[in-house]
Amino acid sequence: MYFNNLAELWEMAGHGPYVWSAYAISFIVLAAIVVIPAKRYRQQLAQIQQQSNKQDK
Amino acid sequence: MASWQWFHRLGSPKWLSGTIDRWLPWVLGLGTLLLLVSVVWGLAFTPPDYKQGNSFRIIYIHVPTAIVALAAYYAMAVAGAVSIIWRMKVADMVLRAIAPVGAALTFLALVTGAIWGKPTWGAYWIWQDARLTSMLLLFFLYLGIMALHDAYQNSDSGNRAAAIMSLVGTVNIPIIYKSVDWWSSLHQPATLKFTEESTIATEMLQPLMLAIPGAYLFFIAAVMLQLRVLIARNEKNTRWMADRAAQ
Repeated sequence: MYFNNLAELWEMAGHGPYVWSAYAISFIVLAAIVVIPAKRYRQQLAQIQQQSNKQDK
Repeated sequence: MASWQWFHRLGSPKWLSGTIDRWLPWVLGLGTLLLLVSVVWGLAFTPPDYKQGNSFRIIYIHVPTAIVALAAYYAMAVAGAVSIIWRMKVADMVLRAIAPVGAALTFLALVTGAIWGKPTWGAYWIWQDARLTSMLLLFFLYLGIMALHDAYQNSDSGNRAAAIMSLVGTVNIPIIYKSVDWWSSLHQPATLKFTEESTIATEMLQPLMLAIPGAYLFFIAAVMLQLRVLIARNEKNTRWMADRAAQ
């Protein structure tokens, strides 16, 4: 590691708040564009299955 | 006409949906892995920039998201052209799938850039800067295309309007690329160059060379996820979709 310890990594000589907030926001947005459509697709499949079960009866 | 078979298959939602199911875990997995490795490398192991200090570490998310946000717009415009010329249903779905992902990536490029700007330039945002404002325009283009799809009662009209707007908006892309050369800008000129040696230290460049393909793969995976939802919506009354849901 470039830094001597985790505290220095967190501080980044004063730039810590900028760097870490940029990565935190990125993580949230990137996670959202995967999780939201994945969840939506699961709901769709459940609905379609329900619908076709009704028709089969 | 065997050489055209792939083109017809591409137009089949069923084939596309099956292909997405097969490829998605690999594309998403590899993309995420590359991003994670590059971020850990860039945050903890790379030496700081001699001028900017540690704030430069934002580069490992800022540059990949910005590059892919621009490439995504081109991909979307190509889908728009295919939609207008061949009236291909899948092309409209691809266009529609790219828009929210492109918007998210543009948003990230803008926000991480603003955060990087504060310790580097002393300001989060400068309206007079061509690179910043043309990138903001890209964000609004993505949002506009998303809105157009929902604005029309008739989905054919919405698709057509979105396709035309995606083509018109391509004018903005070379402006974004060239903005740092054409106008005086606070934004630094490109450090990655194809035609000459890059003006970035090798140890700083290495993680970026992982992050960029990682961001491309992640983008493709995110578009696949959107596409799957759109296909399921369009094909919900078909037999094959019911079979897939029953699995």
